[in-house]
Amino acid sequence: MIEVYLFLIAVAVILSMYRFFRGPTTADRIVAVDIMTTLTTGLMVLFALYYRRAIFLDVALVYAVLAFVGVIAFARYMEGGL
Amino acid sequence: MSIASIIGQALVLFGTFFYVLSSLGLIRMPDVYNRMQTATKSATLGSLGVIIGVGIWAIGEVGSYSWIPKTLIVAVFLLLTNPIAAHALIRAAYKSGVPLWEGSIVDRYKEAESSLERVEEIKEKLEEPSRGVEINE
Repeated sequence: MIEVYLFLIAVAVILSMYRFFRGPTTADRIVAVDIMTTLTTGLMVLFALYYRRAIFLDVALVYAVLAFVGVIAFARYMEGGL
Repeated sequence: MSIASIIGQALVLFGTFFYVLSSLGLIRMPDVYNRMQTATKSATLGSLGVIIGVGIWAIGEVGSYSWIPKTLIVAVFLLLTNPIAAHALIRAAYKSGVPLWEGSIVDRYKEAESSLERVEEIKEKLEEPSRGVEINE
């Protein structure tokens, strides 16, 4: 049953990739990257249950921290402060 | 199949539904601001559902309660940081000059900036007579 949810989240990531490649401005692409990182965090948590290893949850937490820092850095760059 | 598995699966299904909705909104909406608004809100709600749902599902599936604190930490972290990232991104997009959709009817940020400028003009006008009095003396 977990495979169905993994497949649905993968479909959502592919749908948001459309906006990443198509997006007319830079801001569109960064929004798409932000959504993709959020989706990937959920995917990692589901993979932890799929392989039954609680240690994978720590990977998801560190990934969420790094994605947040990355998006903030992109935002500062677009604003002209970096 | 225990009751914890059923509750957890329902939460994960709820979250996955909102994930798909958020990426659909990312494709459907007309400009950056609308896209960010739909995508951030529903992705935050969806990740809350998926992550806490996995924590509850693991009670029935793996048989251990130690998953719940970790999943709660991840969920609370996402709940705190997602709106901050969205706010910073939208401010950066507005300041770098991305245009609004032609159908949008209100721009509160611009109104607030122009009203701030008017307040400063009025302050300057209030300071001018006092300078004049000093010169006359």
